Amino acid sequence: MDMPVRAAARASFEITVNGERRRIEADLRTTLLDLLREHLGLTGTKKGCDHGQCGACTVLVEGRRINACLSLAIMHEGQSVTTIEGVGLPGNLHPLQAAFLEHDAFQCGYCTPGQICSALGMLAEVEHGEPSQVTRDLAAEAVPLTDEEIRERMSGNICRCSAYPQILEAIRDAAGAAA
Amino acid sequence: MRPFTYERADSAAGAAKAAAETPGARFLAGGTNLLDLMKLEIERPQHLVDVGRLPLAEIAETADGGLRIGAMATNSAAASDRRVRTRYPVLTQALVAGASAQLRNKATIGGNLMQRTRCPYFYDPAKPCNKRDPGAGCSALEGDARGNAILGASDACVATHPSDMAVALSALGATVETVAPAGEIRTLGIDDVHRLPGKAPQIETNLAPGELVTAVVLPPPPEGRQEYRKVRDRASYAGGLFSLALAGERLALGAVALKPWRATRAEAALAGGASPAEAAEAEIGAAHPGHRNAFKITLARRVIAAALEGTPYP
Repeated sequence: MDMPVRAAARASFEITVNGERRRIEADLRTTLLDLLREHLGLTGTKKGCDHGQCGACTVLVEGRRINACLSLAIMHEGQSVTTIEGVGLPGNLHPLQAAFLEHDAFQCGYCTPGQICSALGMLAEVEHGEPSQVTRDLAAEAVPLTDEEIRERMSGNICRCSAYPQILEAIRDAAGAAA
Repeated sequence: MRPFTYERADSAAGAAKAAAETPGARFLAGGTNLLDLMKLEIERPQHLVDVGRLPLAEIAETADGGLRIGAMATNSAAASDRRVRTRYPVLTQALVAGASAQLRNKATIGGNLMQRTRCPYFYDPAKPCNKRDPGAGCSALEGDARGNAILGASDACVATHPSDMAVALSALGATVETVAPAGEIRTLGIDDVHRLPGKAPQIETNLAPGELVTAVVLPPPPEGRQEYRKVRDRASYAGGLFSLALAGERLALGAVALKPWRATRAEAALAGGASPAEAAEAEIGAAHPGHRNAFKITLARRVIAAALEGTPYP
């Protein structure tokens, strides 16, 4: 839709969340994270630091992982957002969610939705051959999904219970990658 | 967050005009730095001009064999571009050395240049800071800011510029294209974009109010080795304590000053036959330690010499 020029302090727009088109009326200052949690009741996405440092709020926008806390909801007008609720629910888990259970890849679970959304985005980035700072051959078309690559690429998600070894195993397992 | 009004720009010139004409306006692109600072009320824009959807994300060849990267290309998109990876690997290395994957997916090339310092005293509204409040004083001068500048600092400010990307751009001799509020296109050398603090650290760039970065233009790739090295407190997702970008015969340093630091003295020394250690000394000999950051001088000397020697890294 057309944004009114010099919009007032409130915003009115549409956004697609987990495949469902939603009509939003909210204060312009509403972050994507607060929109999901407080306006749409999707509390799977967690607020940790609220400053882009911990990754607990990671969601996928148009398939790419971002920190929902460092984005205004209005910036995503007309875009498609996937949260952990859209990844899979009890009884119909995504293989990555099942792998987190299988490998006990959490203790308190607070960072888990962000870890899983981040891992989904990360695997797509690797699929596209996007390099990381540990990628040796920048000219190569394909990036190997080594443990070193998984660790580096997941560095934006903090786990204060320090379940990192199990998170690594769960992602490696779900991706079907050789260690 | 303070209240603000919002508009989504539909042209670069229109965005520049709107930003210049509206009091307290700021450009919003990825928002990863600006929104963080708005939450802390360090940034208090009254109006946001959202430039994030302007058609400025293209990465295209230039007639002379260089590459033009649109300002709205994300850090991820630029780092992953095949032409950047193969012809300007130092730029890919610098981009993927910065922030986290989530932030790089959102942060733009233009915004990366315009991001503000991570000096802890700039981030702490309870402490005086000449950037936030000109004339208030600088808490970092005698504070616990081990990341402080060692080159080009002043009594008013000892902060550093946080961008890894800009260091690579300096080594590559990039230019920055802007559009001014009256619509004219301007080109600045990357080393002319940012300012040293002097007596006015609140003025961070040589861009006019409302002037919008539209692209970064890379000249044809230089002959010779390209490499980015970054030293920091942890292996990933941390700001640099010292970094350098080497591109052929050009060298630039990061995390040492309030701008990417083109190491012209080291370059001249090398051209004159100096050893790596002598070249490092030529540049770092002029460095001044601040409170608790003398280690950065030793670090800089060693990393420069190692990079010039070609010692394997990491």
